Amino acid sequence: MNRAISRTWWKTAVGLLLTGIMLFPVYWMVNVSLTPEQDMRKSPPDLLPLHGTLEGYRTVLDEQLPYLGTSLVVGLGTVALTVALSAPAGYALAKLRPRGAGVLNFVLLAAQMIPGIVMAMGFYAIYLSLGLLQSVPGLIIADSTLAVPFGVLIFTAFMSGIPGELLQAAKTDGAGPLRTFWSVVLPMSRNAVVTVSLFAFLWSWSDFVFAGTLVNGGAHEPITLGIYHYIGNNNQEWNAIMATAVVASVPAAVILVLAQRYIAAGVTAGAVKD
Amino acid sequence: MKQTTRPPDPRPVRAPAAAPPRDSGAGTRRRPPSAQWAAWAFLAPVTLYLVLFYAYPLYRNIDLSLRHYTVRSFVQGDAPFTGIENYLTVFDDPTFAPALLHTVVFTAVCLVFQYAIGLALAVFFHQHFRLSATLRALFLVPWLLPLIVSASTWSWMLNSDSGVVNAFLNAFGIGPVNWLTSPDWSLASVIIANIWIGVPFNLVVLYSGLQSIPAGLYEAAALDGANAWQRFWRITVPLLRPVSAITLLLGLVYTLKVFDIIWIMTRGGPADSSTTFATWSYQLGFGNLLPAFGPGAAVGNLLVIAALVFGLIYVRAQRKQALS
Repeated sequence: MNRAISRTWWKTAVGLLLTGIMLFPVYWMVNVSLTPEQDMRKSPPDLLPLHGTLEGYRTVLDEQLPYLGTSLVVGLGTVALTVALSAPAGYALAKLRPRGAGVLNFVLLAAQMIPGIVMAMGFYAIYLSLGLLQSVPGLIIADSTLAVPFGVLIFTAFMSGIPGELLQAAKTDGAGPLRTFWSVVLPMSRNAVVTVSLFAFLWSWSDFVFAGTLVNGGAHEPITLGIYHYIGNNNQEWNAIMATAVVASVPAAVILVLAQRYIAAGVTAGAVKD
Repeated sequence: MKQTTRPPDPRPVRAPAAAPPRDSGAGTRRRPPSAQWAAWAFLAPVTLYLVLFYAYPLYRNIDLSLRHYTVRSFVQGDAPFTGIENYLTVFDDPTFAPALLHTVVFTAVCLVFQYAIGLALAVFFHQHFRLSATLRALFLVPWLLPLIVSASTWSWMLNSDSGVVNAFLNAFGIGPVNWLTSPDWSLASVIIANIWIGVPFNLVVLYSGLQSIPAGLYEAAALDGANAWQRFWRITVPLLRPVSAITLLLGLVYTLKVFDIIWIMTRGGPADSSTTFATWSYQLGFGNLLPAFGPGAAVGNLLVIAALVFGLIYVRAQRKQALS
């Protein structure tokens, strides 16, 4: 075993090198976020933040907190809506075998292929007549369209694995479908709930298309627009822009560190054939 | 494939979840009517949701593309019906040919590189070595980052005067290259950024495909004297074909609709040199002082048709794989 590992050390070295190249832009974002204003246009740029400053992050605290708050609210709202819609649907598709399930599955699949920009234009037209433009609930609904089809597919795949005998036993004990779902199926699907919630939050947090079309210029704008306005205003404080980008990446980092097994669960549930 | 290729679409890894869920097996006999009612009661919210928030926006979009809108009639909703006029306007527009070309080039080049790099990395990480699982997880980072974060980081890295890429090239006596401000390079710049974002998705899906190839096959081939290169071409490539087809098709559908990256990095410019159908549609509808909703919606619908055509091919491939 030890010999086998010492024979593969060079592969670890190559792996480290490749990962370093791949993650260089991420490192660079952090590096620039710590660079003082006067060194920003230095040529060649400093590869290490030796004269690092937290100026950029102070600007984030001063200017970007409302954006971050909006993103948090929108993200949590999207999670709630997505789980509430897709968990019951997954249960029905996995365990109740409704007629017409094939059609519904097909529609869910096709729904994921519609370009975001087309959805955004349709939502814009509808929200304009309903007066929902620049509203947080409107953005939550739009953002949930990014996650609901995925949620249904994950819940269906996951709930298919719950043994039928268990549901039969609940039925024998006199539980109706609703009670079976609430007290047996949902508690057993905790991992699926976590997976769907994580992705719904991440996508809503990252959304730029819906935010840019539906709430642009409104009182409550998410962090993606905060960054976009920074760039659009021809702002030259790149340390502040990159510091905002670092802060906006925190959910992604948290998910990667804390919830990696759920990512794997989400990917394998769908990508690998049973 | 995120979007963009969400993330993409960020969105990349969610794509494979599109695999049609298998029936839970066992009995195929129909449930009694009351069970059908219960099933559809559970499905009612999502069905209503699909009608209201997918079908209706799509319908509104089609309606937009068939009427002559001005800002006033857009608000009042009394725009005259003009049939396919908006589509004809779009076809005659001098932007049409370049946008089509850029969409094709962007999609094709991104797909080829994302797939090739993803496959090479998947094969590499498949030979378990120390830290391989951790490093493979780190490769997911570009896919998890919000697209605006990736796009703005690449924008600054590719900055003509102060970007690290030109500083690096300068060390070899090359450049400076005006990545984002020269019409010759803008498309290449957004392609590079998008490949970076799409590689993790390809890596993850192809890696899971590799895991389903029985290790015994490789051992038998090695005993028969096949070298690593032959084992790759004779075993990995043929057995990975179904997974490859699905990865590429989903990649295609999701790369077609990439918008965020291009818009944030170049806004489709300079002089339309990186305009694709997705950014052109947005430009028409939202990017000008005088919005052209009708033509914008028309371009968007052309994109929907293209995505659905390849989407249908994907569904067929998926079915075939499920049957085999």
